[in-house]
Amino acid sequence: MGMVIDPRLNIIDKRLYSIKRLIGVSGGKGGVGKSLIATVLALTLSRLGYHVGLLDLDLSAPSAHVILGIESVYPKEEKGIVPPVVHGIEFMSIVYFTGDGPAPFRGIDISNAMLELLAITRWGSLDFLIVDMPPGIGDAMMDVIRWMKRVEFLIVTTPSKVALETVKKVIKLLTELKFPIIGVIENMKIRESSLVKDELKKVAVPILGEIGFDMKIEDSIGDVNKLLESCFAVEMREIVLKSPEFKLQLK
Amino acid sequence: MHEWSLAEAVISTVIEASKGEGLEEITKIKVKIGELQQVDTEIFKFALDEIAKDQGTSLLRTMKIEIRTEKAIFRCRVCKNEWTFDDLFDIDEDKLEAIHFAPEVAHVYVRCPLCKSPDFEVVQGRGVLIDSIKGIGTGKETKGR
Ligand SMILES: Nc1ncnc2c1ncn2[C@@H]1O[C@H](COP(=O)(O)OP(=O)(O)OP(=O)(O)O)[C@@H](O)[C@H]1O
Ligand SMILES: [Mg+2]
Ligand SMILES: [Zn+2]
Repeated sequence: MGMVIDPRLNIIDKRLYSIKRLIGVSGGKGGVGKSLIATVLALTLSRLGYHVGLLDLDLSAPSAHVILGIESVYPKEEKGIVPPVVHGIEFMSIVYFTGDGPAPFRGIDISNAMLELLAITRWGSLDFLIVDMPPGIGDAMMDVIRWMKRVEFLIVTTPSKVALETVKKVIKLLTELKFPIIGVIENMKIRESSLVKDELKKVAVPILGEIGFDMKIEDSIGDVNKLLESCFAVEMREIVLKSPEFKLQLK
Repeated sequence: MHEWSLAEAVISTVIEASKGEGLEEITKIKVKIGELQQVDTEIFKFALDEIAKDQGTSLLRTMKIEIRTEKAIFRCRVCKNEWTFDDLFDIDEDKLEAIHFAPEVAHVYVRCPLCKSPDFEVVQGRGVLIDSIKGIGTGKETKGR
């Protein structure tokens, strides 16, 4: 065979085979609440009785471990890497390997690191793998599209024209590439406004619901029990329960 | 060990590729492994042999495995300095283990020895590549580079 093959590409499908649904939590802009939504979504589904994994793919600025309040947890080596189960969810993040050091990655490094993580992580049988993604259409999104072919997207936006401008582009791209979009969550709502509904009228994507600005959320960051009792989590849970797009079969 | 998951990837890729090429028996594969992966070649070789055996297929019965480690070379994007792993003195076991799992985290622990920049490229010596697969097929012998 006259071709050089990277065997890691071949194993990704197998590594993801035991996972029923892959949900990438994405959005146009930074700071709109993707990580909080991804983490609380994972916890919520887990508390509803599902087997859930959470993969933090924001390799330069991982945050899910902070929201979960994880310290001194390390994955197990067992013919690959077995993600530790924290607060009931299988959790994988580059932070296990970077610690609290800054990770000055270029695009090629992001792709390589992602490929490595996807190739060596041995997930259990999962109903959902929630993927926390960095903002916008960048390396991570292109690689998720390229390597996690069954991925569906959950889009997060704030009720701001600035955020929506890019969200519309993300939706356009995903639609063009025929990737399913579960829907849009409108986060940090502070007043009545039909902006998101109006702006997204032209795209055939359901708006799953809204989450209000939670003044007290910061006190719950790092404390999963408190987090699950927050207004944020209660609203998230309602969205999950009422949206047929999640296809829940409640146990 | 993480060597096992890479080995599994290699074997599964080899089997897949042989189908495409119509090979009935694979006689030899050449695998190149970057030094940055910090892979233990003994364990890697052992894992490859074991996983090949486990497949229970005559396809891999006589397969020889050649493993070559490619030295890691880093090049600074700021001052263009080039260096190798051997030039790094301040890397302890824990850091090496982290690099072993996710080689890109070298950017967290390695700095340009000259200008201290973390903005370097890995010129060579990262990743795992199957260089060639040789085998006996339906009448044809395929050969790689
Ligand atoms: N509904 C909300 N009410 C109040 N604060 C919120 C809400 N949603 C998110 N936040 C806070 O906003 C900040 C940004 O949230 P988060 O990190 O989840 O955003 P992100 O979209 O993941 O950001 P990035 O693009 O940088 O990854 C965090 O401090 C988070 O706690
Ligand atoms: Mg985030
Ligand atoms: Zn330099």
